[in-house]
Amino acid sequence: MNFDPRFSGRKFTSVGTRPVRPDGVDKVTGRARYGADFNMAGQLVGRVLRSPHAHAVIRKIDTSKAEKLSGVKAVITAKDLPDLTDGDAAMYDILDNCMARTKALYDGHAVAAVAAIDARTARQALKLIEVDYEILPHVTDVDEAMQHHAPLINDTIFTEGLEQKPVKPSNVTKRSQFGHGDVHQGFGHADFIVERSFKTEQTHQGYIEPHACVASVSSDGTAELWVCTQGHFVYRQHCAQLLGMEASKLRVTSSEIGGGFGGKTHVWAEPVALALSRKAGRPVKLVMTRDEVFRASGPTSATSIDVKIGARKDGTITAAEATLRYTCGPYAGSWAEIGAMTAFACYRLDNVKTVGYEVLVNRPKTAAYRAPSAPMAAFAVESAVDELAKELGMDPVEFRIKNAAQEGTRSSYGPVYGPIGIGPTLEAVKNHAHMKAPLKKNQGRGMACGFWFNFGGQTCVDLNIGMDGSVSLAVGTVDVGGSRASLSLVAAEELGIDYSQLKAIVADTSSLGYNDMTDGSRGTFSSSMATISAARNAIKILRERAAQMWDIPVDDVVWEHGHAVAKGDKHGNLGKLSLKEIAAKSGTTGGPIAGHSELVADGAGVSFATHICDIEVDPETGAARVIRYTVVQDAGKAVHPTYVEGQYQGGAAQGIGWALNEEYIYGKDGRLQNAGFLDYRIPVCSDLPMIDTQILEIPNPNHPYGVRGVGETSIVPPLAAIANAVSNAAGVRMTHIPMSPPRILAAIEAEREG
Amino acid sequence: MTGIAVSTTINGDTIEYLCQPDETLLDVLRDRLGLTGAKEGCGTGDCGACSVIVDDRLVCSCLVLGAEAEGRRIETVEGMAHGDQLHTLQQKFLEHAALQCGICTPGFLIAAKDLLAKNPDPSEEEIRFGLAGNLCRCTGYDKIVRAVQDAAHVMKGA
Amino acid sequence: MVEVTLWGALSQLAGGKSKVEVEAKDIRELFRKLAEQYPGFEPWIDRGIAVAIDGVIYRDTWGKKLPPGAEIFLLPRLAGG
Repeated sequence: MNFDPRFSGRKFTSVGTRPVRPDGVDKVTGRARYGADFNMAGQLVGRVLRSPHAHAVIRKIDTSKAEKLSGVKAVITAKDLPDLTDGDAAMYDILDNCMARTKALYDGHAVAAVAAIDARTARQALKLIEVDYEILPHVTDVDEAMQHHAPLINDTIFTEGLEQKPVKPSNVTKRSQFGHGDVHQGFGHADFIVERSFKTEQTHQGYIEPHACVASVSSDGTAELWVCTQGHFVYRQHCAQLLGMEASKLRVTSSEIGGGFGGKTHVWAEPVALALSRKAGRPVKLVMTRDEVFRASGPTSATSIDVKIGARKDGTITAAEATLRYTCGPYAGSWAEIGAMTAFACYRLDNVKTVGYEVLVNRPKTAAYRAPSAPMAAFAVESAVDELAKELGMDPVEFRIKNAAQEGTRSSYGPVYGPIGIGPTLEAVKNHAHMKAPLKKNQGRGMACGFWFNFGGQTCVDLNIGMDGSVSLAVGTVDVGGSRASLSLVAAEELGIDYSQLKAIVADTSSLGYNDMTDGSRGTFSSSMATISAARNAIKILRERAAQMWDIPVDDVVWEHGHAVAKGDKHGNLGKLSLKEIAAKSGTTGGPIAGHSELVADGAGVSFATHICDIEVDPETGAARVIRYTVVQDAGKAVHPTYVEGQYQGGAAQGIGWALNEEYIYGKDGRLQNAGFLDYRIPVCSDLPMIDTQILEIPNPNHPYGVRGVGETSIVPPLAAIANAVSNAAGVRMTHIPMSPPRILAAIEAEREG
Repeated sequence: MTGIAVSTTINGDTIEYLCQPDETLLDVLRDRLGLTGAKEGCGTGDCGACSVIVDDRLVCSCLVLGAEAEGRRIETVEGMAHGDQLHTLQQKFLEHAALQCGICTPGFLIAAKDLLAKNPDPSEEEIRFGLAGNLCRCTGYDKIVRAVQDAAHVMKGA
Repeated sequence: MVEVTLWGALSQLAGGKSKVEVEAKDIRELFRKLAEQYPGFEPWIDRGIAVAIDGVIYRDTWGKKLPPGAEIFLLPRLAGG
């Protein structure tokens, strides 16, 4: 990579402004096309048959009656998706999750699918498929699944990461451990120790757009897939591998995406739609219902976490320890591992130890949800930190400032930090007007910190300059929240032109090189780095063309504010050439002008946030209401500050829903009881106050503009901030998320009864 | 099986179509008429992404049958702008960045239009309760409420 | 010669050692040598290991140089949302 990504500290003209996004008008006029808004000629309707059982052997599937129904063009089962994964265990799990092979592993697990001429016929056909199940005992609770007598979900799994190789299979797929120092010794030096156990329930990303795709497989082996996804290049690879296709012959176009938050990073319906299309010889549209989204896409982990923290009288933490158990659904994952890495990342600790256990349960396969695994760990740790501050008689902000990590601190997950923002967010919170505002009866204030890594990854960008001087920017990271606007600002900045001269699009998989998904808060970080690199490559060509036009050496031409300028006294008579003037002559100076970039954007800066929250609790009903909310977060550099604020506010709102309402409720039969927005209640407009934001900018040294990711960290502190506020309002420590009215009421009553 | 013949007015145009008795107005708009601005987020009237106005009343089009549109006057997001002139609400949603992914935006615009038609000067609380039937998962509603407040201010002055 | 700190799971595969010394100039060579010394690492490397060099996490830049005396940490390669 011939590109220097180091932070340069330049002054900005475009970056930091707030123009209207390029995809805006289409989105306010209803013209923007999302997953379900696309149709192909001759298209069939696909529908999926799902297991009503939490755990069952599939003895036999008889599809003959469905196949005979008039209007049915294809019926498929696992037999139509043979195992081509060649020993790749992770891909095999994806395949089995797309279509159950020998066992149904959760309520909602796909077992068969049909393609028919219309929705009514498809629904009728599903009813004609006969599945013979042998129902097995199931387990959905994380702690119960770890018991030795719990029903085994996969008898080929033996716990990884134990000192002695286990002799018996287990629902615990992996143990992981992080930390340094000696916690036993550290607790010996503590004057105060807080030790508590916490639970959090499973939540869903709750994107408003259900999964949707249109698949069209031709008899010549080529195929097209239109799909709402956070990563169309990754979907192409996975689908191609599962269906035995060549990746370049499968063209995947990402539609506008109606929310993802980590939930649209995995294939579910897409390989099924492709298999149906291949069998039927016609395009197939497959759209999940909301019920299917809840039952059969990828929610987050339910958890059970023990925390122990000790401190000296002066407020110095001497040791911190946590054991974290996370559900993975029925397939192996690394969710507790991430929880174990992030749990104590905000603090400077000499003695710290975290242990994570990945636990299989009969629930849908866990997927990422915005800073996956970090909010639950932060809930447990930040609740205990708050309680410890109380026992010490210290202000919770001062206690955290005293123990906050800083540049040079060894992080709890291992490496030593560079410049980081936890201290500055705490100082900003300490001085924030919100902290001094008076509270009324039954109200309480809480605050909490959060950490997320942020990722980079493989990235490719094309920047093409038209002969009229307008610029098109083709990126491969799906735009989930305004990144086409921020990347246009970056290109405008680098080229020295006006934002209105640019148009950014998300290119399909056949038009651009490979890009990793938009995950890990990487969209703007990675694609802006590639955009800067592509723009610099284009500028090199623009300088060469200007040199030709002037007939002077290219080394005498520099690029300034969107113009080629001839340097040196001997060129004093030459004026400036604008990008537009150079572009107009490009046909005769060597052809089209473009800048390309292919790179791995590594070195994403870690991100910290501190949130403040005021809660009012109704002691009669146990209902908690957010009265005021403030987010303070380090962005590195806010490229489009309005969309950065939007990420802060959106993450906080999701965290509020998680903290107070949202949870998967399973019946004794292992079936999901609340698979709809009526009973799985996400926050509505009247539930929330305005959400104040404060953007801090501590530059990431590994990005030319100092950009860090901003998308995920905002969901990490709310669970704990709200729990701390409820605890201050109601006088009881809440240890179970969500803090729904019955749980708060029970806690208040238990406290009253002593 | 024969379809039901329906004659209705959509965004000021007279429209005729055939539909099945179990087809919703949302199905008709999206699948028969190509008006995909209204979105299906749930199909059970819980998310408001399919909001349309039927005879001056805000409804979830997933809860109305296509056959019930007979003789009615229907407004969808596609009819909000006049030519290339955006409705004030559309303009303010853009200026305030009141959308991130944008899937809920058509529903919010229709609900906000209905709200301001009935209450041109709503308080913040009235806006929040007026839009409580529409789910947004990206914004935390802050910028949506501000956009509606600003639009109400501009429309009052107009 | 660089000193590499392992996380729990890898440390068990290295016979309980939390730090190992490797002669390597970049991440690619580091992975190759580690796989030679500790065959148990190979599936982990295939699944993805991130390398923190002086606090900056690299997930894919296998050409990244390992400066002498740098602090090098191996970490699991994570998923994001």
